[in-house]
Amino acid sequence: MKVLHDTGVLLGRSMRHILRSPDTIITVLITPVAIMLLFVYVFGGAIRVGTSNYVNYLLPGILLIAIASGIAYTALRLFTDKQRGLFARFHSMPVARSSVLWAHVATSLVSNGISVVVIILVALLMGFRSSAGVVAWLDVAGILALFTLALTWLAVIAGLSAKSVEGASAFSYPLIFLPFISSAFVPTANMPAVVRAFAENQPVTAIVDTVRSLLNSAPVGNEIWIALAWCVGIIVVAYFFAMRAYRQIA
Amino acid sequence: MADSAIQVNDLRKSFKATQVLKGVDFEVRRGEIFALLGSNGAGKTTTINILSTLLKPDGGSASVCGFNVVRQAEKVRERISLTGQFAAVDGILTGRENLVLIAKLRGVANAHKTADMLLSRFGLRDAANRRADSYSGGMARRLDIAMSLVGTPAVIFLDEPTTGLDPEGRLEVWKTVKELADGGTTILLTTQYLDEAEQLADRIAVLHGGKIIASGTLDELKKLFPPAKVEYVEKQPSLEDIFLAIVGQNAGQNAGQRESK
Repeated sequence: MKVLHDTGVLLGRSMRHILRSPDTIITVLITPVAIMLLFVYVFGGAIRVGTSNYVNYLLPGILLIAIASGIAYTALRLFTDKQRGLFARFHSMPVARSSVLWAHVATSLVSNGISVVVIILVALLMGFRSSAGVVAWLDVAGILALFTLALTWLAVIAGLSAKSVEGASAFSYPLIFLPFISSAFVPTANMPAVVRAFAENQPVTAIVDTVRSLLNSAPVGNEIWIALAWCVGIIVVAYFFAMRAYRQIA
Repeated sequence: MADSAIQVNDLRKSFKATQVLKGVDFEVRRGEIFALLGSNGAGKTTTINILSTLLKPDGGSASVCGFNVVRQAEKVRERISLTGQFAAVDGILTGRENLVLIAKLRGVANAHKTADMLLSRFGLRDAANRRADSYSGGMARRLDIAMSLVGTPAVIFLDEPTTGLDPEGRLEVWKTVKELADGGTTILLTTQYLDEAEQLADRIAVLHGGKIIASGTLDELKKLFPPAKVEYVEKQPSLEDIFLAIVGQNAGQNAGQRESK
């Protein structure tokens, strides 16, 4: 109970940080929305994806970009707490140690959940339509939550071991670009062999394809298992190194 | 012992090949201000971090309020507060929110009332609803110490509380520390300033090269040295006296005129 209470109090604190820093909201929401507008209304006419509704095709990739840029701020918040001595303060208090870290993880899940919902609402205005039922939507929510959790544990490693503010957030840039070299924007079939091999065997393609199939009520096939395996695999490995980094800062 | 708040016996700690603490012994009595005096790198912060359960010692033992800092860390944490070398305040929250946060985490019954009380006590009422990032160094330090008092811990660790503060901020902190001790709180502070130890501490221990090389009251320490020579010297105001006189509370008025009278 004490753990839940403390995590809740600290979650409230970090959520307040987000609401008070407009740049967080701008980067996490406006950048993915701008990419979505650009691709739908500028490039979209020239992109052939085999469906007339390009927003439907694009949305899963945009959601992953939003999550990848959102977790950069998770790393930043962890780094700031470490640097300002707040971890030391909390750890020398009768507060469960796991609460201090899990509050950051929970903040990441909640804030990314909010940005995913907002981006889906914007996509609806742009013509996104889904035939998915409640179960399929829950599956989508589950996969996106797992993806967020996987990147969050990576962010914990980056935030706790960084030596500077720049270092704490720089790790997310490659993650933000990963969707561009995947099936998120265009089908992989037309890519040169080497690029295609990379695109088809990196986690984003499996996750994007799964989410897209679920939203279009199409059969998901093996992709969903590959997507889950990637997410769970990253979570397990990143959690191990994140906990090691966490033990070292105290 | 009943009147001992902190007991440290043969404490040892190394970081990789560097031996920082080589068997540190000291005892702090309940309600006293005890200063750990030492230059940079002497091991002061390491000692404080072990006592506040952040670090585990390699050898020796330490207890706070009768509880072992390794085996009964949770009991120790309920009784202590750490004010680290840099003001550990949340810059995005306001002063009041910082205090309420700590009060909620410590499970204090009325978090908001506690926060208001501490804000007035530390002269932060006017700044209560401003973000802590906008505070001056002295104000941030006062908020930091106020946060350490939430839940009235029996023992407070102050790690170099005045490093990086301007002379006014330093006097503010000194005043606060004295008031705390008057209220019965045990205070262990570290400092590299001799005058700070002299001003504040009931007893002083000198930490040097990983060991306590001298300890006692100021008078006891003085006896370790040759008797004082009596010399007659014209008392010149120190630069600190002059600085404080000029920028002091009447800074708005014409200081030159007052001096010429």
